[in-house]
Amino acid sequence: MSWLQHVNVKVYARTAAPDLTPAIDIFHRWIQSEYGDHLLLDVADYRHVPAGPGVILVAHEAIYGLDEAGHQLGMLYNRRTRVAGEAADAIGLSWREALAACAQLEKEPEFGGELQFDGAVAEVFVNDRRLAPNDEATAERLRAELQPIAEQVLGSGCELRRLGEQRDRIGFLCRGGQELSVADAQSRLSG
Amino acid sequence: MKVSNGSWSELLADKVPADLAAEIDVFENEIALKRQDRIDDRVFAETRLRRGVYGQRYDNGHRHDGLQTRELDFPEKLTKGPDTAWDAPGMQRIKIPFGGLNAEQIEVLADLSEEYSDGISHITTRQDVQLHFIHVADTPDLMRRLAAVGITTREACGNSVRNVTACPIAGVCHTQAFDVTPYADAMARFLLGHPDVQDFGRKFKIAFSGCRHEACGLVRLHDMGAIAVTRQVDGKAERGFELYVGGGLGSVPHQAKLLEDFVVPDELLPMAQAISRVYARLGEKKNRAAARIKFLIAKLGVDEFRRLVREERATLAEDPRWTDYMEGAEEFAESPLADGSSASRDGAAHSDNGAADYATWLEDNVYRQRQAGYSTVTVALPLGDITASQMRALADIARRYTRETVRTTVEQNIVIRWVPDGRLAELYGELAAADLAASGAGTIVDITSCPGTDTCKLGIASSRGLAAELRERLLAKSYELDASVRGLRIKVSGCFNSCGQHHVSDIGFYGVSRKRNNITVPHFQVVLGGQWQENAGSYGLAIGAVPSRRIPDAVDTITSRYLADRDGDESFQDFIQRVGKADLKGMLEGLSDVPTYEVDASYYSDWGDPRVFTTGDMGIGECAGEVVAPIDFQLTAAEREAFEAQLHQESGHLEKAARTAYGAMVNAAAALLRYHHGGELPTGSANGSGDHDQVVAAFRTDLYDTELFFDPFAKGKFGAYLLKASSHDSADYDEDGVRQLIEESQLFIEAAHACYARLADEAALV
Ligand code: SF4
Repeated sequence: MSWLQHVNVKVYARTAAPDLTPAIDIFHRWIQSEYGDHLLLDVADYRHVPAGPGVILVAHEAIYGLDEAGHQLGMLYNRRTRVAGEAADAIGLSWREALAACAQLEKEPEFGGELQFDGAVAEVFVNDRRLAPNDEATAERLRAELQPIAEQVLGSGCELRRLGEQRDRIGFLCRGGQELSVADAQSRLSG
Repeated sequence: MKVSNGSWSELLADKVPADLAAEIDVFENEIALKRQDRIDDRVFAETRLRRGVYGQRYDNGHRHDGLQTRELDFPEKLTKGPDTAWDAPGMQRIKIPFGGLNAEQIEVLADLSEEYSDGISHITTRQDVQLHFIHVADTPDLMRRLAAVGITTREACGNSVRNVTACPIAGVCHTQAFDVTPYADAMARFLLGHPDVQDFGRKFKIAFSGCRHEACGLVRLHDMGAIAVTRQVDGKAERGFELYVGGGLGSVPHQAKLLEDFVVPDELLPMAQAISRVYARLGEKKNRAAARIKFLIAKLGVDEFRRLVREERATLAEDPRWTDYMEGAEEFAESPLADGSSASRDGAAHSDNGAADYATWLEDNVYRQRQAGYSTVTVALPLGDITASQMRALADIARRYTRETVRTTVEQNIVIRWVPDGRLAELYGELAAADLAASGAGTIVDITSCPGTDTCKLGIASSRGLAAELRERLLAKSYELDASVRGLRIKVSGCFNSCGQHHVSDIGFYGVSRKRNNITVPHFQVVLGGQWQENAGSYGLAIGAVPSRRIPDAVDTITSRYLADRDGDESFQDFIQRVGKADLKGMLEGLSDVPTYEVDASYYSDWGDPRVFTTGDMGIGECAGEVVAPIDFQLTAAEREAFEAQLHQESGHLEKAARTAYGAMVNAAAALLRYHHGGELPTGSANGSGDHDQVVAAFRTDLYDTELFFDPFAKGKFGAYLLKASSHDSADYDEDGVRQLIEESQLFIEAAHACYARLADEAALV
């Protein structure tokens, strides 16, 4: 099992936050229709919290969220359980899950096409300060694992910028140089 | 669950106090034993509860998704308590004695909320912090990280002494006799893990208040409460406490009774110990529903309880901590980081943030301290929720402006104390940058709510959903509201257990359900006229149940009526008293109709939750069932009688009130019996309500002994109310007794509604 676990990926939305109310119905419907392969448990509504978790879908393996942290709307995939394989597998799985949820949300009729995601921008960070303390050594280690995957998805000219301050979780904002749809990002990641 | 679990132990070895480290190691070992199935479920459940590791909704492994009940097929097949799945997310309650937090603690809470929970720290109505969606296996490391900054979760839940609360403005308040902070702290430390508090039948809540007349400590709704008082001895002011016992909200609220009118500080801890010992010895253990100390005191009478406590006190072996823990209490004083400035508090200095908003915030959220030049600022949190980033911003602010003097409040907010007046505008700017500068603290938009059906296993209706909806609507018109309405408080509980403290708000609600058009519909009971002041001096009474969908209209109706008919400066409590409950009930009557599902499906789901409230009924396709069953009428009639009992009580006719309340219960029981027996009362019981004894006897054999009437969680508690009342004469009740009987009759009728819903569901399945 890799040292890298609990990888979070937030794919940014292109649009400013629309009213997130429809997400409540949508996520409940995902539970009914057994979206994905996670054990989906419940929906929690944090729309009342400014720049908060928005609306979340709690699964055993992860929490999906239409997240508004930093006043930046995005689909956050927050991995809770361990992932087998190498570090690249852990990053790849979280990124794939985030993109898949984006693709599904873009299709949901309630948002009327208003909710679109940008396949070219994603935050990738590690939600465990013990496994991945926010220091230079870990940053280099994480960058080394992340760079090839980011290039695979976003292209070789992509930029990785260290996120936040020292007490934040360690992570990078990955930004591609070109326009990229969610579908294209998905196909590059699986390619 | 975290891959890093176990590894914090080593890292924090020199930071975690040895006793807490050992305690957490023990818990970790118990988890290991439970994984090997070597600990009984019930024992493990109480073990984790005593560490604040609590269950959460759906942890029995089943959840209705709106279409069907699904089994939640968790990978681990273990349990962490009776009928409680190991992998099911749970809640971690974190005790914060007197609400006091420093910057480092705030930062650690932020980290934990991100890494183990969903990024939100939730402030509770008892100054705790709660984190949700936690895996039980993560809890030992979570506890270590807390212990490293001086926080314990020990005895945060379970049958133990819960968080010791105190006024959040203790020490800076104008009306206080003295600062109760060091005494609350001493009490929390002394009773934590004390052998005399390990054998309670139920939880035990303690509060401290600095004065009698304000609300902050809410002493009178606690199992034990202390109010600071002074007396003159040889021309010097001597400190002491009025000590109260036996208060509590819950399904049957009790006002605490005065036990001692002056307890000197050195006697405070031994008195608490003596009270604990009497409660542990004589309190109910088997029947949880009657195990709080309020029931013991009601049974014995406060005079006898006082005698027993004094007797117990005399037998206690001297403990040096009684006085050691009080050392320095008189001298205790927080200090500011910087000198108070005489600079202006007005908005001109900060026009770039919006002078009007700043002025409103100053008015609502800023309290001028008794120490000239300093203010206490309330950070108003929506539904008590705060993100990790906001917590970090708060920690920075606490360091920059104060000596980290931050406290949580029972109104689910946070206060920052000792802010120099001259820096208020600057502080406002920093709070605004972190989205923490919402005004409206302590006003009608600052709604308190328990977790309700969002996460609580006992929740009936969505208290948070309703609170969020009301907040949004009221915020939209907040500036237009008359000051008299704007100053009202709203509190919401998801069920009769009252965790949202609805009994002590101007306008309170608690979740109930009603069978309408053959489908279960979420409702809230409306409770009006509770008193927040005088340490929660009086409780409101239920006026009637309104469908959840119509509660915003109910708020509009109530507040408009208050505005229109208010007599001069009349308070809301006085207005409620004057208008009378009959009139108020009439006012809400038009709101209780429920259209059929086809006409308006929204009535059949709860706020913020699109699932149909009870889909078992939907399954039988009776959405168009306009025909009202006789039992609906009969239960409604019983409710009306319970209401009439309130009116009799108000007009001083106690015996008549008791008779009517009991009659309401009997009629509700008769309605259920008829339903259960296909329309007829069973042989031997009378057809009308005339022969109460026969109805009660039939209720006992057919519905109580068979456990058909039992609530899934409260079990036989509500049925026992009828059986108990049947053995009392109406003339036996005093004022408190009548009040309690009326509360019990309302709860019995609620339980009858719930039982009817269950029986109907079962019949539909057959
Ligand atoms: S009042 Fe009821 S729903 Fe709310 S937290 Fe308490 S037990 Fe749960």
